[in-house]
Amino acid sequence: MTLFYVFGAVAVVASLLVIAQRNPIYSVLLLIASFGALSGLYVLLEAPFVAVIQIIVYAGAIMVLFLFVVMLLNAPHEQTEQDERSFALMRSGPMRFGGFLAVALALELIWALSNGRGLGVLGPGAGPASVASIGRSLFTDYAFAFEVTSVLILVAMVGAVVLARRGE
Amino acid sequence: MTPLLIAQIVLTLFVFVMLLNSAAIMVYVERKVAAMLQQRLGPYLVGPKGLLQPLADVVKLMFKEELRPRAADALLFALAPVISATCAFAAFAVVPFGAQTTLFGLLNTPLRLQVADVNVAVLVIFAIASMSVYGIVLAGWSSNSKYSLLGGLRSSAQMISYELSYGLALASVLILGNSLSLSDIVNRQGGSWLGLLPRWFVFVQPIGFLIYMTAGIAETNRAPFDFPEAEQELVAGYHTEYSSMSFAMFFLAEYINMVTVSAVATDLFLGGWHGPFLPESLGWIWFLVKVAAILFFYVWMRWTLPRYRYDQLMRFGWKILLPVSVLNLLATAAGVLYFRG
Repeated sequence: MTLFYVFGAVAVVASLLVIAQRNPIYSVLLLIASFGALSGLYVLLEAPFVAVIQIIVYAGAIMVLFLFVVMLLNAPHEQTEQDERSFALMRSGPMRFGGFLAVALALELIWALSNGRGLGVLGPGAGPASVASIGRSLFTDYAFAFEVTSVLILVAMVGAVVLARRGE
Repeated sequence: MTPLLIAQIVLTLFVFVMLLNSAAIMVYVERKVAAMLQQRLGPYLVGPKGLLQPLADVVKLMFKEELRPRAADALLFALAPVISATCAFAAFAVVPFGAQTTLFGLLNTPLRLQVADVNVAVLVIFAIASMSVYGIVLAGWSSNSKYSLLGGLRSSAQMISYELSYGLALASVLILGNSLSLSDIVNRQGGSWLGLLPRWFVFVQPIGFLIYMTAGIAETNRAPFDFPEAEQELVAGYHTEYSSMSFAMFFLAEYINMVTVSAVATDLFLGGWHGPFLPESLGWIWFLVKVAAILFFYVWMRWTLPRYRYDQLMRFGWKILLPVSVLNLLATAAGVLYFRG
């Protein structure tokens, strides 16, 4: 239980610092730390496979690309908005948009937590999530979602290439 | 404290010290083999046959001044070598290097010669390999120097490109071994076919082995894929601005990564601690022999082959190695389905 609080605290604090940072490189690194702590939580839930995949996919692959982009752009420290109105929704431009998104996210969270139908994706009796059981349910029960996701990613990739080449 | 727990702690410390030692030995071997290949003598002054040369190198590094460029990001500059060294040590934790042993009857329950027996060991190694990119990238970025930055960027691009082939080569062995645990995979390679050919996966997966070794050399940034530190173009690449012990940490990480890649290759393809003539309890000798052979091959490669060009490296990685490893994986899966029904 102690470990749960350690990992939980690291995850929450690191996630908060991600948005509290002005230097984007530090934000990326803190997000990696947060993913690492999440992975620790998965280990505590006896799901070592999910924990390792979390590290490989998010911390290892996706965040390397993020870091790459941030470094290549050499993004300077974030500009502070000069709008002094204290309530985010009253401000102009991106701040208002961000405010709306935050409110929407908060409402969704409240809805999800109050209507929670319990956790546990694999259903009862699955035991500790072994690689075999995850693979089986991924390619039988959730085969459609799995395949559709791959098409979605392909579409996103083609879209990115098209957008990037439009200037030529 | 049960005897087993004490044995576990001792084993962990032992592995840690042996990894440090292996880096020292590799420094000596690298210099001696290079000298032999170039018809020189190599180190011979410090100690008998120059055997204490690594010690002299370490002492020299310790007494150097620790330098940091004024424009560097202090925190990340200090953190980067630590990430590199930690990842290098951590990866070896899941590598088994011998059969179960009771240490000549000292223990009641047998001890597995492995720091941590994780049932997803192969994936753990892959995960830690993917984390070790950060040490190099951050070193390059935080130094605030053009050579370091280019070295770090190149290295991350190279590691991301070759990680895919590396992972697919691992996956084809996983299909054969039908497990994600390294000790299970080694145990499946015991015995022999017709009493002659050992049941090592390298004979079933020759292409997989080649892909693994190629990608492994690229992952550890060794010649002929040592672009991150191509001295003609980038001085010393990502560690240009490092000196003293923080440089030593990168140096250490590189050699330990080589040892880990060789040890994993031994477990996955060369039957681990299985071999003729020796009893199971002395299997770790076979393990050491095999790892040493691969490491010698590593050094031999470095002093034989010239460095590729960067675009050649990328073209090779994406257009040749990756398709071949995908085909190899498909063929392995089809073969396993066909023969096991």
